[in-house]
Formats: sequence, C-alpha cells, structure tokens
Amino acid sequence: MAISFLLDGERVDLDRLDPTGSVLDYLRYACQRTGTKEGCAEGDCGACTVLVGELSADGARVAWRALNACIQFLPMLHGKALMTVESLSTAGEPNALQACMAANGSSQCGFCTPGFVMSLHGRAIGACGSDLPLADVVAGNLCRCTGYGPILEAGEQVARLEQDDGALVEALAKIASEGASGEWQGRRWFVPRSIDELCALLEIYPQATLVAGATDVGLWVTKGLRELATVIFIGGVAGLDVIEETEEALVLGANVRHADAHPLLARLHPDLGELWRRFAALQVRNAGTIGGNIANGSPIGDGPPALIALGAELTLRSASGRRTIALEDFFVDYGKQDLRPGEFVETVTIPRPAGDAVIAMSKLSRRFDSDISAVCGAFVLTLEQGIVTGARVAFGGMAATPRRASACEAALVGKPFAMETMVAAGKALADDFSPLSDVRGSAGYRLEVAANLLVRLYLREQGKAVSVLDLESIDG
Amino acid sequence: MAERDPAFTAAQVVEKPSHPHESAHLHVTGSARYADDLAEPGDMLHLAFGMASEAHAAITAMDLAAVRAAPGVVAVYTAADIPCANDVSPVAHDDRLLADGEVISHGQPVFLVAATSRDAARRAARLGEITYEPRSALVTAAQARAAQSLIEPTQRMARGDADKALAGAPQRLAGSFEMGGQDHFYLEGQVCVATPGEDGQVHLVSSTQHPSEVQHLVAHMLGLTSADVTVEVRRMGGAFGGKETQAALIAAASALVAAKTGRPAKLRLDRDDDMVATGKRHPFEVSYEVGFDDAGRLLALKLGLSSPCGATVDLSPAINDRAMFHADNCYYLADVEILSERLKTNTVSATAFRGFGGPQGMLAIERIMDHVAQHLGCEPLDLRIANLYAPGRDTTPYEMKVADNIAPDMIAHLRTSSRYDERAAKIAAFNADSAVIKKGIALTPVKFGISFTTTHLNQAGALIHVYADGSIQVNHGGTEMGQGVYIKVAQVVADVFAVPIESVRCTATRTDKVPNTSATAASSGADLNGMAAFDAASRIRARLVGFLARTYGCRKAEVRFTPEGVQAGAASLTFGEVARRAHIGRVSLSSTGFYATPDIAYDREAHKGRPFYYFAYGAAVSEVAVDTLTGEHKVLAVDILHDVGASLNPMIDKGQIEGGFIQGQGWLTTEELVWDDKGRLLTHSPATYKIPTASDRPARFSIALWDGQNVEPTINRSKAVGEPPFMLAISVFSALTRAVAAVAPERRELPPLDAPATPERVLKAINAHREGALVA
Repeated sequence: MAISFLLDGERVDLDRLDPTGSVLDYLRYACQRTGTKEGCAEGDCGACTVLVGELSADGARVAWRALNACIQFLPMLHGKALMTVESLSTAGEPNALQACMAANGSSQCGFCTPGFVMSLHGRAIGACGSDLPLADVVAGNLCRCTGYGPILEAGEQVARLEQDDGALVEALAKIASEGASGEWQGRRWFVPRSIDELCALLEIYPQATLVAGATDVGLWVTKGLRELATVIFIGGVAGLDVIEETEEALVLGANVRHADAHPLLARLHPDLGELWRRFAALQVRNAGTIGGNIANGSPIGDGPPALIALGAELTLRSASGRRTIALEDFFVDYGKQDLRPGEFVETVTIPRPAGDAVIAMSKLSRRFDSDISAVCGAFVLTLEQGIVTGARVAFGGMAATPRRASACEAALVGKPFAMETMVAAGKALADDFSPLSDVRGSAGYRLEVAANLLVRLYLREQGKAVSVLDLESIDG
Repeated sequence: MAERDPAFTAAQVVEKPSHPHESAHLHVTGSARYADDLAEPGDMLHLAFGMASEAHAAITAMDLAAVRAAPGVVAVYTAADIPCANDVSPVAHDDRLLADGEVISHGQPVFLVAATSRDAARRAARLGEITYEPRSALVTAAQARAAQSLIEPTQRMARGDADKALAGAPQRLAGSFEMGGQDHFYLEGQVCVATPGEDGQVHLVSSTQHPSEVQHLVAHMLGLTSADVTVEVRRMGGAFGGKETQAALIAAASALVAAKTGRPAKLRLDRDDDMVATGKRHPFEVSYEVGFDDAGRLLALKLGLSSPCGATVDLSPAINDRAMFHADNCYYLADVEILSERLKTNTVSATAFRGFGGPQGMLAIERIMDHVAQHLGCEPLDLRIANLYAPGRDTTPYEMKVADNIAPDMIAHLRTSSRYDERAAKIAAFNADSAVIKKGIALTPVKFGISFTTTHLNQAGALIHVYADGSIQVNHGGTEMGQGVYIKVAQVVADVFAVPIESVRCTATRTDKVPNTSATAASSGADLNGMAAFDAASRIRARLVGFLARTYGCRKAEVRFTPEGVQAGAASLTFGEVARRAHIGRVSLSSTGFYATPDIAYDREAHKGRPFYYFAYGAAVSEVAVDTLTGEHKVLAVDILHDVGASLNPMIDKGQIEGGFIQGQGWLTTEELVWDDKGRLLTHSPATYKIPTASDRPARFSIALWDGQNVEPTINRSKAVGEPPFMLAISVFSALTRAVAAVAPERRELPPLDAPATPERVLKAINAHREGALVA
C-alpha cells in the first residue's frame, strides 16, 4: 500500500518510492520546493529543517515537530502532515516571523535561513520543545554568517503565531491509521502499526533493519551509501510509545522520542534534564528515540551511562515473548548487544532515585550544544552518616561500550564522602578503563577529566560553583 | 582616480539608512535561488569525483570498468580526457583538475563520473580501483621543514637591527605556540551548473567569489577563449574565502562534462567530500624572541612565522605575506625581523579565509603582548597601550606610514564604555575566591590593511542601465555571498539619482556584463565596486544634467536630483519622466564605470612600500570563564567598538562585525581540524568539526560603531568591513590565557596555550601552569 501524507493540508499518495529516499530530496527535486536546503545531509546543520505534524494522543490537535528532512526517509512521513518554508508565506508575502527576520538583518547569505525560520516558526506555534530557551530551540541550526544575534532577536519578537489546524486534524484522522509497505528494486519496506505486526514481520525478516528516528541509520544511507535490503519503520507502532510514571519508576517505550522524554527525565533529576538538553539538537531529539539510542549500542551514546547509573532495566520483546535484563548487561562488546534475532527493545524502566541520593551527570564535549561526548559520566551515590554506602558509576566514551566503573565504585563504597575519597576513586578509573585517543579527546584527557568529574561532584555538594554554564558576566 | 563629485560630498559623508539585505525577503521565504535550486533539465548529468586514498603516490594503474558499468553512469573522465590545460590554479599552474599520474594530497580528485542522478554518480565514484605506488608523504609541518619542502623561499621583512636591539634590551623573552587552521563551513557547499551553448560556448552558474578566474581557467582547460565562456553568480550561500580559488575545481569539472557530452552538468559536492577536497585556513607555528624595557615597551622583535601551505601554491604567498603585514597589529616595532616560512606538505592546499593570514600574524603579536605583560606582572592593556603607534613612532615594519592612527582613541573609549578596569578588579576578586571556575578579561585592538596586496587586483568595473520607465539595473564585478555588497552598491546608485532604493534592481554578477574582475575578497567588494558603480551612475547623471539643462534652458547647476524629484530650472519632473524624455531625446542611459585604487605600490622583493590604501580599526573586550577541572569554557560578555568609517549601511556592517567575531571565536575555541599520520582529515563533517552555535554567542554582546570617517576619499568615506572584525576574537584567546593564568596568579610565566583552545588544550595549559607554580 502506498504512503499517504499531507503537504500543506493536501493529501499526497506515493505509490512507488525508494524507502531510503530522503524527505529533503523529495521536496527539492520532486516538488521543486527548493527553499529547504541541504547543508550537510547528516542532521547536524538544520538547513533542511521542516515541521512534521501528527495527531496528538487525544486526537484533538496536531503535534508539530521540527525535523531534519535530510535524514528523514519518505515512509516515515506516512500518516503525517508536512510543512516547509514555502508553506508559511501567503501569495509570496512573508508571515510575521519572516517579515521580522527580513527587516532585522537575520539573514546574510540566506542559505541557513529557511531552517531557522522553520525552527522559530515551530516554536511560535507551540511545536514540541517550544518551551525551551530560544538558543536551545535553534541549537540544531548552524549559521556561519550572522553570529546569531539578529536571529535570536527576531525569535524573541515573534514568539507566538496563530495556527489553525482544525482542518488538518480531520484530514490526519482519515489517513493515519493504516500501515504501509512496498518493494523498490528488490528492497522491501514496511510501516507496521502494532507490536504484533512488528513481531510477525521480524519472524519473517529477522535481519531487517529497524528504523525509528533514523538519526543514525539516515547517515548509513546519506554518507555510507548503504542499500538496506529490508527496512521496518517502527516509528508508528502503537504501544511502543508508552510513558508510565509511577512512584517507583519511569517506564519509557522504545519509541519515546528524546524530546518527549526530556521533561520527564528532568523531573527525575535536574542533571538528567540538562544531559538530555545537551543530548543533541532539538531536531535530532525530535526524531531519535530512547530505544534506538540504546539498541544501536554506541559507545558514545549519552543515554546509557545515565540510565545504567540509575539502574535501568530493559524489556526485550519478540514473537516468543518478553524478557527483562539490566541495561548494563545489554552491551556485550563494541557493536554487539544482547539482542536475539527477531527481538527488539520494547521498554526501558528507570527506577526513581532515592530523594537523598547524590546524583551527578556530566557531558564533556568540544562544543556545549549538539556535539558528541568525549566523556559522559553518571554517578549515583548513597550516603549514610557521611559514609558512601552505595555507588553506581557509569561512563560513556571511555570504553567500547557504555559501562560501569567497578574499581571506581569499590573505591567509593565504605569510605567517607570526602575529597580524599573522590581523588582515590578517580585514580581507580585507570583500572576500569583504557580509553582510546580519537578526534574527541586523547586517552589521557579522558582519564583525567573522568576522574575530575568525581571532584566536581564533591565540590558541587559543598555548594561551590562548578559549571561555566551557570555563570554570568561579572557585571551581572 | 574617480574622485567623487564635490557636489555630493556633504550629503554622502553621513551614516546611510539600514536597508535590509537586498535578498532578505527572498531568504526568509525560501525563494532565493542558489545554484542547486535552479530547475534541472531532464537530460542533466550529475557528477562526482573519485578521490585519492593516498596523500602522496604515483598512480600506476586505474581500473574504472566497474565505475563505467555502474547503473546510471554516462561517462567517466580522467586527466587524459581534458582537452587543453589540466589546471585549476590561480597563479602557479600547479592545481590539477584531475590527478595526472601522481596524487599529492589525500582526497585529491582522480577521476570524474557523470551519471543520470547524483546518487548514481556518488555510488559509482566509489567503485574505482586505483593502484598506487606510495611516495614519502610530508604530512606535518615538522616533516616538511626537515625535508626543506617549501612552496617559495622563506620571506624576510625587517627594519633596523633586531639582533643588536635584542642584545641591548634590558629584558628578553622567547616563546612559541601553534594555531590551527579552519574550515570555511559555508552552509552551501561547492556547486556549479554548466550548460553547453552553441558553437562550443559554455555557460556556468558557479558558486564562486571569482567569476573571472573561473571563466579564464575553464576557457584554458577547454581550449576556448574567454569570450566563449560566461560565468554567472547570483548569490552564494556563504564563502568566506573558500570560494575564491576553490570553486574553479568544481566549475571546471562541470564545464568539462558539459563540453564533452553536450548535456548540462552539475557538480554539487557532498559536505564530507567538500571538507576533504577543498582548502582551508593555514595553520601557523609561531616562535619569537622579544626585547623590551622595564615598562614593557618593545625594543626588538625576531618573529618566526611558519605555515604548512599544503600540496600546491594556491594563494599561499600572498596569505603568508599578509601574516607578516599584520604581525605589528597596532604596535610600533622599532627593530624587527619577521621570517615567514611557507612549507609544502602533502595535505589539501591551504587557501584564502577571511583575514587572509592577517589573523595568524595578529594573534602572534597579541600573544607576545600577553607574554610580556605576564612576565612583568602588569595589566596587559596598559602594556598594549604603551606599545601603540604614536607620533614619531608611526611607520610599519614595511615602511608604510600609519596615517590615521585612531587605535589609541578607540581603546580609551572602549576601556571606559566597557568599564574594563572595574571588571578586571572584580574578576581578580572573584578568582581569589573561586576554586574551580576562573575568569579572565582582555581588550585587544585590530588594525587591518585594506587593499589587495597584489596591487593590480585593486580595480573594479560596473555597468548601469537606466530604463525609460526610470527603473535602474546595476551590475558590477562584486559577488554576493551574504556580506551585503549588492545592497550597498544599490544604495550608492540610488543616492546618485536620489531615487528610492526600490527603483534599483541588482542583477547577477556575470562575466559577460562586467569583464576582467577581481575576486570579491580582501574586504574590497563595496569599496571597489561601490566606486565603480558611482562612476557609472555619475556618467549617466551628467548626461541627464546636460540634457535637462538644454531642454529646460537652465544652467547645469540648476539641475538638481532630489528625493522629491528632479528640478531643472523651474521645471519639476519625476525621475521616470526624466528617463523617458532623455530616451526620446536620444540620450544614452547606460554606462560602464571603473575604479582603480590610487596611491598604492609595493615592492615585494624588499617587502617595503604602501600595500594598503588605508587601515580599518576595531577593539574588543571579552570576558570568559574557565572550568579548571575539565577545561570547558564560556565567553560571557563581549563589547566591541569597530571602525567602518562613515557607514554605508549600519545594520549590514554590524552584521559583518558580529558574524566575523563569532567566526573568529570558533577558530580560536571549538573548531579543530585533526589529521591522521597518513594525511587524512578526520574532522570532515559537522559531526566532528564544530562551528559555534547560538548558545556560544555571549549572552552579553554589545557592538558600537566608531563615529568617524575614512581619511581617504572612499565611497561615502566608508571603510571595508568584511575581514577586520574576525580578528576582534583574539580578545577571547587573550582572556582565556588570563583565566588559565589565574590558577597560579603568582607565577610570571605565560600559560602554554595553543589554538584552538579546546577543553583539552585549556586543561593541558592549566596543568602546565599549575605544575610550574609548584616547581617555582
């Protein structure tokens, strides 16, 4: 069956399509909507930002998200609404945001501008993430000309715009329910709608590539030029998007996007919120999923260290049922996860940390926003009468997988919560890890700052300022 | 020179209105068309390069059968298929379109695939089987230096006797440091669309800052005349110097396929290929010996500048010259010797990038200022002020007189307006009390020479048509890359006729409208093309004045162009009526214009002369915070005072200043190019190469324009603005150095910080400074 989506409210049915063709190329070369630009084809520059809408859970409104069209595959549009920079102007006349930007010197070369327009327009109509500070909303939009000031000013000036999605809600309700599938030059693709459908497909195609947000797989195609034989797009599988907040735990379905998990995680602990703010740019957090970040097993993924330190568990699902394992046991070796053929991540359960636990999460990278960690450290300590009685310490960027630091933990437990203990535990990290040197940092730097994160944790507990991000000019 | 009509002078030496960028309304609606946005004819071919996997090797065999057999492939070309010159270089004829028997840098194009889709071309390009016989590759500066591999002899610029002055100086210091290169990261990658015309002609839509050079190289490559090749540039999606010489490669590849196949051909490089295959800013190694008196006044300087220029000459001689020209910045260097070593390495050829060597030379002297201040334990700003050019101390090392030395006044003004001293004292108190976070503040000035240092390049042409309805088309040699040269020139033309800016239509830069143009580079776009357009418009205006005086029987002085209309004696007409009547009266309403910068001359053999028409100035205060546990840092506040003369357009100028500053901040902080020992660039995408984002912009950021005008009669008495603000970001590096030094405030050594100041480098400098303190 063909995919169907709405472009400016008009239904588009695509019958024959390359399942790994990008939304960007479709817009530019099939629709002549050339306002959406390719800057990098890997989701890092935001010049291709579009807004994609789907029915909210209650079916009452359209939930819009800013996404990078360069790494959105066409079948991922199925059942959704698409808005591009061309959608905003009426008879060639710019909308209020566009007019403000034009008058304010917000564009110089203009190439990144449509992407900024879409990110800011999304914010103005209440798209996902629009309650974040302005600089966060555009952290995934690179501009090389302006220095950003006139763009941020325009965003502040036009912070709200009316958006009437009444007709769109009705139209989306008509096209959103059914799945889709097809074949293109011998390559099969599927858009299942239920967990049972997904299980059945994986029984037939256990080697299929599962695509949720495509923030990683997208690059296999745009950069690696890989041809994926069988692709199952799981973004629309009902039941994989569960969110349960109980007194004991936060349960997140594998398909919960990072942007949606962000406020929930921030409620568990502010450091988790900050970590997820810096996880990736909003466009990537709007696409990438909690389950995808775990399942692809990256040694530098920012989710697993924090979740391991919190003692998260993973529920894995297949046609033959469910099993539950500790997240830390999921990562076997570089590129190897404890995932059997036909099995997929269904949920992750994050225990709610004790109120008196000492928690710290730190991401170190060359740039604060939209960068990959050199080192990501997560610490959950239990203290009783000044003694460390429990320690869960996990790192990313330090080994072939995200994993716990057992020697470090051993150096903490039973010791007084004091600077000497932190220094000793930091030294013990050398027994836990032999990190690599790569473009993000040398082995020596990684070991040194990983140890210093324990000092940071301790000093912060003593009320000291430990982050440059919390500072203002000396003038206030 | 085309001296401006004295009648206009008074009106023109004022700040002009901030008209938005002429394409702003198109940018925001997504309707501004870039080269890749033009509708593609059905028979268009899409291209991709097969790129070298070695840094230096002989090609012993090429098996391209699999490439030719790949789906969609129409043609595959190698060097042997090039009809005439296999040359895409600006000066030295050493850049190949396609490697011929030898590869000299990793990623160098070896063969060219033309296919029916871009995807097909890219896939096929990976199927080439090239057999290499590796040759010894000089990948690092040290390797090239050891082999004495140079692109040209080491250059020497000197005055007085540096050795003798050094020996006699009361105090001496020596030091060295390194700074990295920089990728342009224009958001629009390199692209060209070539369309074959009749009788062998070719038309190119190229994303280039230098249409005339592309024209000449393509003509030469195909064995055509320049008259057979037309290059058109409506706009670029950013360039920053990266599309000055580098665009020729992409254009020539497109032109080759168009000529060979008779079909339109487009090459748009993938971002990663673009970053690997095209040139970047030169990295530099700096070493120095400096002598000074007890007050910190420099008496002697021996400065060594050394840069790996990559595998070909490109513009490296001029770029390294400019590093020497700016190694004085705003400071008088009495006895000085600058030695500039230009290394030839097996890496992609380094090229023009905003500032063109100036930033590298300027960072060197500012680092020396910080070193001397740190050694003496004095306020670095006082030391800088003590060394500024002053009456009697006002000639540069290349013996040009600094005629308008406004740096002292600007620094004094900024010192007060930014409350620099008060903040520096507060920061010292903060640091005394703060264990982990240290702050730093610095004020650094900028003096940047304006003109191409290759004197003959300082010329420009324009072509203006006034149509019989009173509308005006303006065309000139300048290319629009976002810097606003089109709107500035349009404003000049609108002023001459006193018509609203809406009456003036900017048209695409084309080699068939204005020939033999220089690159839009060296910040010269508005200066040169504004004057050329002024000349053209003035010629038409003069004809209209004569016509109206004859027609209405008044004196020429009684013809006035005003915003309310044209007065001719007692008659009052709209500009449209004037144009209509002049047309009926058979008056030519079209004119070319020309401008050549006067009074400049430079003896490159001696490195003496007046290479610059004037200097543009600026000064910036940066306040930073450093995390001494991780090396993370943040720019907290920036105050800028910048000199654009009498601004042609304050909004456009402020945009250049802010954008230039942030780009400079990126160069010195987050943007790191990493090469492996095989000469492969590892940071070839935005995943690993990090330009600043919105949150890297300091939360407090103020920009003020200096209230002045150019001492030279430039257009509107304005000054160039493209490059100078980039170097204001040196204040960030100085502030970081000072913050790092605060971990051991009693220590008089300079923390050993290299650029870019990544967290890792900052932490290394902190550790070294601390350890030194323990030893001391």
